[in-house]
Amino acid sequence: MNDRHLIELIDVSKAYGGDVALSHVNLYVKDGEFLTLLGPSGCGKTTMLRLIAGFIMPDEGRIEMDGVDIANVPPYRRKINTVFQKYALFPHLNVFDNIAFGLKIRGVDRNTIRKKVEAMLELVNLKGYGGRYVEQLSGGQQQRVAIARALVNEPQVLLLDEPLGALDLKLRKEMQVELKNMQQRLGITFLYVTHDQEEALTMSDTIVVLKDGVIQQVGTPTDVYNEPKNPFVADFIGESNIIPVIMLDDFKVRMNGVVYACVDKGFGRNAEVDVVVRPEDVDIVPAKGARVSGTVVSVVFMGVHYEVDVDCGGYEWVIQTTDYVARGETVGISIPPDAIHVMKKTKQTNLFDGTAYPDDGEVEFCGRRFRCEGLEGFEQRAEVLVAVAPADVRLIAPQDAELTGFVKACMFLGTHYEVTIVCGEEDWIAYADDYMETGEEIGLSVPADRIGVSGT
Amino acid sequence: MSRGGKNRAAGLFTKRRVFAYPYVVWMALFIFSPMLLILYYAFTSDGAFSFSALVWAVGWDNLRVLLDSLRFALYTTVLFLLFGYPVAYLLSRMNRSVAALVSAFFIVPMWMNFLLRTYAWKVLLGAFTNILYTESAVLLGMVYNFLPFMILPIYTTLIKLDKSYLEAANDLGANNAVTFLKVVLPLSMPGVLSGITMVFIPSTTTFAISQLLGGGKTMLYGDLIYMKFITEQSWNAGSALSVILLVCVLLSMAFMKKADRSTAGEGGGRLW
Repeated sequence: MNDRHLIELIDVSKAYGGDVALSHVNLYVKDGEFLTLLGPSGCGKTTMLRLIAGFIMPDEGRIEMDGVDIANVPPYRRKINTVFQKYALFPHLNVFDNIAFGLKIRGVDRNTIRKKVEAMLELVNLKGYGGRYVEQLSGGQQQRVAIARALVNEPQVLLLDEPLGALDLKLRKEMQVELKNMQQRLGITFLYVTHDQEEALTMSDTIVVLKDGVIQQVGTPTDVYNEPKNPFVADFIGESNIIPVIMLDDFKVRMNGVVYACVDKGFGRNAEVDVVVRPEDVDIVPAKGARVSGTVVSVVFMGVHYEVDVDCGGYEWVIQTTDYVARGETVGISIPPDAIHVMKKTKQTNLFDGTAYPDDGEVEFCGRRFRCEGLEGFEQRAEVLVAVAPADVRLIAPQDAELTGFVKACMFLGTHYEVTIVCGEEDWIAYADDYMETGEEIGLSVPADRIGVSGT
Repeated sequence: MSRGGKNRAAGLFTKRRVFAYPYVVWMALFIFSPMLLILYYAFTSDGAFSFSALVWAVGWDNLRVLLDSLRFALYTTVLFLLFGYPVAYLLSRMNRSVAALVSAFFIVPMWMNFLLRTYAWKVLLGAFTNILYTESAVLLGMVYNFLPFMILPIYTTLIKLDKSYLEAANDLGANNAVTFLKVVLPLSMPGVLSGITMVFIPSTTTFAISQLLGGGKTMLYGDLIYMKFITEQSWNAGSALSVILLVCVLLSMAFMKKADRSTAGEGGGRLW
């Protein structure tokens, strides 16, 4: 790997019929690195890959390769090859002809084609499979053929779109190692798309975490795991305890009423921040003499370790430990300073465009009218900006609600869950005490005195 | 349920086979028995077993008509491919709703009786051109009547074609023309074969079109059979000709099946 920027995305945006897939993304890919685009489905990772492959064009921004804008270069002229999610191997050709496809088009002579294809078959451990048809191969073998078909063209960049998604766990683990070895041996830049955080951590040189078309964090696996930039990254990558705390001063936080030493600084005095503590970084100590203690509420054996939930008066810690503790036992908890990772708080407010109806004491937004106080001074039908704090959104049974939506995401923030709810065109953020399944229907209501209205 | 054997009456109805009985009866009465009758007439003469009708049927005069019909069917099939494939291809690349509208233009005339349409052509060709009662008029009539049967199966295979194959070909360096030749065309072969089966055989056996637009000058095999049965009331000769046509049809179907198997792959979308 060297520091040359092979591919550079500059302020790239892409929308599909009004739905934003990528929003002002800036990213560079270094020559020879294994870069992973990681995020939940719909985060824009596949869109980014397809932009680089050339199957779609950006709405805005530039995509450069070796410093040259390639936005208008068709895919068949880019020195980039793709391993497709469902492989897209040609069913009318056998394995040999599938792999030879690109070489034949470039007019490479027969002998060279034969040599290169045979070498590729050997590289992906499929020697002697050239005459078989795609339908006669297992998923893992098809996967290898797809990789060989792309690599035989000696691309500068290999794009892989969730290539291991269709394989079973054991095969997936093996292929992860093989892919990584292959990449290091050939020195080709790999751009890998996955939603599997473990896969990303194992294989990558650089991880790019995406959410809703926006890059959340770019870093090495250790960076992203140990120093997540926000609660989303912390929650998405690995298990974590996320706790809203007060940063009293540099190197000092107050968490659940107890002051801890930490290693972070520069957030100012008495700042509201979030802290992430990885479950394996929390130590269980004898309750006697411990600064914080609680009751073990659940113990699950996970193979290498136990996953223990400890209730410390309102806050439940998730802890991974190799020592067995019994359910109901009272234990102490100790958190070393370097286990506390401070993140800037992401303050969320629900903002909507609305119309005021002061004569009726109502404001209309999200296609519904809501009872609202404090509309004095606005004209009837005036356009207004409506703000609702997540804590003021009440989640009720859908049959009792005027406004209903579906849960899009649910994230544990230590004392409560942060729920994203899709209501038609708009997303709402609300807090909940219990976990909610994605896709669950839920009703929303807001008390009349909790709707903030301001002029536009 | 029915396996327990406790309730035989209920068992009878839960066996789905029972729903096929009406059609099986229909098939026996109106397809299978006429076939037997044709075989009977083909191999008899005045009620006695005889090969005379068949021997007459393979005579050179009749064979020439058969070859003529096959040649005609071949011409039409080539024309179908030349017109049908591009139309199907364009349809498959259109926005679905536009494609639905355009394909309605092909399908709506099919709801009108086939004879009426052919009569309409007769009037049109007679009034505006001088090709009525020529081979060209017969070809035109056939293409007009059977074209949708060629377009639809090809269209079906093309829209079912996974777009990722096209992207993969593009990705591997093939421009759009090469992608079409190396990927789209081979993968749509099942549809083409299905289309050929749908138009080649009807083209071989048609008789109304050649009578109306060919004015009796173009004698196709269907016309010959029609003549023997209806005009001359010679059931033995007509049956013998039919048996030969049936053998030809079965042979060509077997050939298509074989060709279809050799184009292997999941391209799918054969109508039958």
